[in-house]
Amino acid sequence: MTLLAPLGILVMTLGTVFLALAGLGLFRMPDTYTRIQAGTKATTLGMLLMLAGAALIAPAWTVKLGLIALFLMFTNPLSSQVLARAAHRAGVPATERTSADALAEDAADMAGGEGAA
Amino acid sequence: MSVLMLGLAIALALSMVAAAAVALITRSTVIAVLAAGLVSLFASIFFVVLAAPDVAMTEAAIGSGLTTFLFFFTMGRIRREGGK
Amino acid sequence: MTDALLLPAAIAALALVLSFWRFIAGPHAVDRVVAFDGLTLIAISGLVMAALVSGRGIYLDVALIYALLSFLGVIVASRYLEGGEE
Repeated sequence: MTLLAPLGILVMTLGTVFLALAGLGLFRMPDTYTRIQAGTKATTLGMLLMLAGAALIAPAWTVKLGLIALFLMFTNPLSSQVLARAAHRAGVPATERTSADALAEDAADMAGGEGAA
Repeated sequence: MSVLMLGLAIALALSMVAAAAVALITRSTVIAVLAAGLVSLFASIFFVVLAAPDVAMTEAAIGSGLTTFLFFFTMGRIRREGGK
Repeated sequence: MTDALLLPAAIAALALVLSFWRFIAGPHAVDRVVAFDGLTLIAISGLVMAALVSGRGIYLDVALIYALLSFLGVIVASRYLEGGEE
């Protein structure tokens, strides 16, 4: 207990740092797709560290915190993917420095048959 | 009530006011529905701060979850029916 | 416990402010849905901190329900936004 609680505080602080970095990414990134990337991946890591720190501080709650962490690990990448697909289908413009759009190429391939480039 | 709970309550109250202002000012229905869900989200955490977890669970389930779901489902239905 | 959690709470408040700015100013509705998702996760972290401070484990049930329902809201909102207009 005497060693686990400061370690848990440290891990929780690290998790909130990742949450703040995700907020910074939401604030600074140039277009919607990079904002989706920053706003969902970094928050997943931050929340996992946060829940791990809370489990270190209060070991009796480990099962419940682990359930929340498992659920977040399932749902957060899924919502990121669905959001990015929605943005692409809604025609949200990417920034000028984007060099590849694999989803548009795949859609062109599907529409143009086998011979389409 | 400790310092941390007081700070959490103040941050939640300010966020609720800001989200409600967004819901009032915006012209888009989608953004208004999202902002209303955000108000309900912060209200449910406020209930937790006020030591009422059952009320917070109900508010999270109905206000933040079901209302947003119902609004978007109905709006999609209206758009589909109106197009034909 | 409360004093030790003040620094994580301050950093989470910074994250709240930054994400909320994106919710207010986001040019497209998808930006606002992303900010909504991030705000939900920050709210869950606030709930965990409140549970640690008050020492009551039932607050974590609210966090669990919260994670479940916000995911549902994000999925429904993006399925609606796939249709096109702002």
